Amino acid sequence: MAKARPQPRIKTLFKARTLPKASTGIAGLDELTQGGLPRGRATLVSGRAGCGKTVLGLEFLVRGAVEFDEPGVIVSFEETPEELARNVASFGFDLNALVAQRKLALEFVSVERDEIEETGEYNLDGLFIRLAHAIESVGAKRVLLDTIESLFSGLTNLAILRAELRRLFRWLKSKGVTVILTGEQGEGTLTRQGLEEYVSDCVITLNVQLVHHVATRMMRVVKYRGSGHSPDEYPFIITQEGFSVMPITSLGLSHEASSERISSGNAELDGMLGGGKGFFRGSTVLVSGTSGTGKTSVAAYLADAACKRGERCMYFAFEESPAQLLRNMRSIGLDLTPFVKKGLLRIEATRPSLFGLEMHLAASFGAIEEFSPPVVVVDPITDFVALGTPHEVRSMMTRLVDHLKSRGITALMTSLSSGRTVHPDEDGGVSSLIDTWIVVQLFEVAGERNRGISVLKSRGMGHSNQVREFRLGPDGLTLVPPYRGPHGFLSGSAREAQQQAENTPDSKRNAL
Amino acid sequence: MTARRSGALAPAPRAPRPAKRDRDFYQLRLYVAGQTARAQAALRNLEAVCETHLRGKYQIEVVDLLVNPQLARGDQIFAVPTLVRQLPPPMKKIIGDLSNVERVLVGLDLRPLPKKAAP
Repeated sequence: MAKARPQPRIKTLFKARTLPKASTGIAGLDELTQGGLPRGRATLVSGRAGCGKTVLGLEFLVRGAVEFDEPGVIVSFEETPEELARNVASFGFDLNALVAQRKLALEFVSVERDEIEETGEYNLDGLFIRLAHAIESVGAKRVLLDTIESLFSGLTNLAILRAELRRLFRWLKSKGVTVILTGEQGEGTLTRQGLEEYVSDCVITLNVQLVHHVATRMMRVVKYRGSGHSPDEYPFIITQEGFSVMPITSLGLSHEASSERISSGNAELDGMLGGGKGFFRGSTVLVSGTSGTGKTSVAAYLADAACKRGERCMYFAFEESPAQLLRNMRSIGLDLTPFVKKGLLRIEATRPSLFGLEMHLAASFGAIEEFSPPVVVVDPITDFVALGTPHEVRSMMTRLVDHLKSRGITALMTSLSSGRTVHPDEDGGVSSLIDTWIVVQLFEVAGERNRGISVLKSRGMGHSNQVREFRLGPDGLTLVPPYRGPHGFLSGSAREAQQQAENTPDSKRNAL
Repeated sequence: MTARRSGALAPAPRAPRPAKRDRDFYQLRLYVAGQTARAQAALRNLEAVCETHLRGKYQIEVVDLLVNPQLARGDQIFAVPTLVRQLPPPMKKIIGDLSNVERVLVGLDLRPLPKKAAP
């Protein structure tokens, strides 16, 4: 295989200290690249098929034309203008209208190996002329080349092709346009055809990771010459609004800490929390416990209390349908239906496994943004744990908690633990993120199971250290006065027997 | 029938199509970008091949993309020089200066003819 002669490197001197950048308008990506892609230079986006390379490129062009008044030229080697228009429509833009308004120009370059014969010397002036014509026709500032690798499959003279590509990128640079080019990832190389050889300013890689059959898209800025950037890999999603990257680091720990207190909805439970006033507004509460301990009931109380105060509440139900939840809560005397009808309570019931973690996070953010509730319930968060690695789950939970806190939203999350004890890992490592941790558990004593509730921690307030027995009945959630005998915590009939025994002087002596 | 050839390689006006076209008639279009030595060589090579193998049944139209850039789109031109065989179908493209006569003959589907190729 003939290789092009290496060209002498030309050192670039930066006049300005900060590199001029072209904003992408894509949520999160501008933060990751500290302002956008290098203006007037080329950025390579590499990844395997189906990673979203073309979508990223198209969105950069479309947003440039719509939001930043920077017209663009889309050079497509694979997709026809009709196919491109469909792709762009999928994230809410009308490509044909943009073309009609002369904000975008489309250039479809078809390279059909079958109908091409090569003989002798040639150059790619045809491509240059078409590109120059398109750039001039709209006054383009941005150019997408998707993907120039098609030339490699159409042409056999690689020496000419490589020399011409080098000339092409030099020429594009001289035109001052910001270029984004896509490339298929090769085995062990960034791109199959070594496009990184021509583009040395900025390289972004995309890939899809499969964890437990759920795909998560990941993005990484591999290289950004002359600019700081975040080198880590970040999850991203492609939604109806297009690309969205959610960098964990973009959320700071700068949220306000309110000293206002709000009721948990149950006076007795409030009584266990510093001075009987309930949770801090804007805090994050975790209710963990084994199956059937009453986590959802505790959550429903908070929702009920919020609605009674006239506040909106969003309830993410990941295991029950809204109707089922409403019926079940009626059985403990909580009728939430009127609040749903009044629009105060919104129940979002989906199974997290239907989407990947990131899609789920984005959907939740979207719903919260739209409804803007002061109180949010996530019931349960445990379902997320099955969707990703512990690190991913923790990253997702961190962003969810940060998102809620930064908006001053009081959040209650339930977590299912499998054993009798509480395993910190089972809640996705979220326990260190939360402010108040309530544990509900079942005690099996003398042939019966009784419920116990305790406050494991509650930041910024004193709290009860007792494990209180509680009952769920038609009258709702009631806490039984604590009993501590010489044998420790007693519950249910054992407590009643002990209390009766204590009332009898003889038995009391025996008991002691 | 003769080859249309404008000495200065100016864009050719639409060539008058022959009234009666038989299946052997070759309508050829050569795309170039400016009057480069390579463009001139390509046209010379093409004319030589045509005179040898297609005498009297071909027409050459030269398109200079520097003058008419919008014409590059229609025939999907990205390299120059590119020779497009518009007739007979199917459409064929040969890119390069046409210096290798064998390849040109293959590209124009003239290969089966066991004619002696020009050196």
